[in-house]
Amino acid sequence: MTGRESSSSGGGSLPVTGRKGKIVAEDLNVEVVAADRKVWSGAASIVIARTPEGEIGIMPGHEPVLGLLVAGPVTVRSTGGEAVVVAVSGGFLSVSENQIAILAEQAELADEIDVAAAQAELAELGEDGDGVGRWAQARLDVAASR
Amino acid sequence: MGAQIRELRQRIRSVESIKKITRAQELIATSRIARAQQYAEAARPYSQALVRAMEAAAERARLDNPLLEGVEQPRRSAILVVSSDGGFAGAYSANVIRQSEALAGLLREQGQEVVPYVVGRKGVSWFTFRGRELGGQYVGFTGRPSYADARRIADDLLEAINTPTEEGGVDEIHIVSTHFRNMVTQQVRARRLFPIMVEDVPEELHHAEAGAVRTDDGGPSGSAGSSNGRPARTDVLPLYEFEPSADEVLDALLPQYAGNLVYTALLDAAASEWAARRRAMKNATDNAGELQETLTRQSNSARQAEITQEISEIVGGADALASAGSE
Repeated sequence: MTGRESSSSGGGSLPVTGRKGKIVAEDLNVEVVAADRKVWSGAASIVIARTPEGEIGIMPGHEPVLGLLVAGPVTVRSTGGEAVVVAVSGGFLSVSENQIAILAEQAELADEIDVAAAQAELAELGEDGDGVGRWAQARLDVAASR
Repeated sequence: MGAQIRELRQRIRSVESIKKITRAQELIATSRIARAQQYAEAARPYSQALVRAMEAAAERARLDNPLLEGVEQPRRSAILVVSSDGGFAGAYSANVIRQSEALAGLLREQGQEVVPYVVGRKGVSWFTFRGRELGGQYVGFTGRPSYADARRIADDLLEAINTPTEEGGVDEIHIVSTHFRNMVTQQVRARRLFPIMVEDVPEELHHAEAGAVRTDDGGPSGSAGSSNGRPARTDVLPLYEFEPSADEVLDALLPQYAGNLVYTALLDAAASEWAARRRAMKNATDNAGELQETLTRQSNSARQAEITQEISEIVGGADALASAGSE
């Protein structure tokens, strides 16, 4: 059934899904959403994020999770093989039935990060370890590793 | 006579330039409505995911947060009034202020103190002119609010509700803002943001709770009675594993939810503000057009009268000369 579907739909929206005939679980459907916009969305094979208890890696078929995130990088390996790195200011992640939503008040793709602005913010705050400082630090860390 | 025509022409010219300005304002406002709606659209995925996560967490967590659990007898309330920075928007700000005064009156009747938090220059000057004490004032962004603005407001409000009432905190947070229904209808709405009201939860839950509330004899016990309706829905929501725990997740979600509520209210108000401004400027343009027509007509008839008079003077003069010659 699945094979027929994938051949008839040809170059459908998710050709990768049909190729292995559904024996392997489907791809993850990932959405990275900031408070005022959708930052990234697409299919992925693994998502790695940081919770207060440590790193969490999510692959297809993962049990439903609702977890908090700490400021830092979230890595999404898309089905195309490229790694998308997003800096988040905190927020949370929800996983259910291969739908992953990563919600943060602020989130920026690694390429979008304005290093100078983040450094300026950090310098202004000094050693103040509150949310703004952690967000600036997270962006710098992500920018440094791109 | 000539002076009257000159004056009329001057007025026509000034009306014409006013019309050009209002027309330009109208066009600007029209494009801003569209943009404000785009921002509201862009914020929607976040709101939806947030509400879904809140539901899931609320099902499993203790519900003893001041944002969820109301007190029996609230003594002080904060009202967030969302007005505009600029004028030229008809009765936009006046409507919001009137509604907030009505709400404040209602709350005072119930024996509550009211602390206004005001967004927009118009509102701030209205309140400060009357010597009212403000809990907070926020100006300079009503036409294009950013999430950071909303965050700042939400943080102040949360600080107020988390402070014990004896030390100057508040028990409830209300918001009076304008809802953008469509291009022609905007509606001023007064809502209670916190403690969270029944109407903020989705349909099925709402019905379950409506029953529960009715048996509780309604009122502020609505949010307290909400746990009654929840177990019925466990089959709908996935059984989430909470990281680190449901309580902590909910405690972290609530401030984000507050920020999101304020942000969506600001965006809604911004779209409404531009719509109100567009309408006001359209009316002004139409009026200027009418005035221009009336003035042109007046100036034409004045010109005609002048010509007629000149002719009759010439004819009269010629008659006089002719009759003088014939004598």
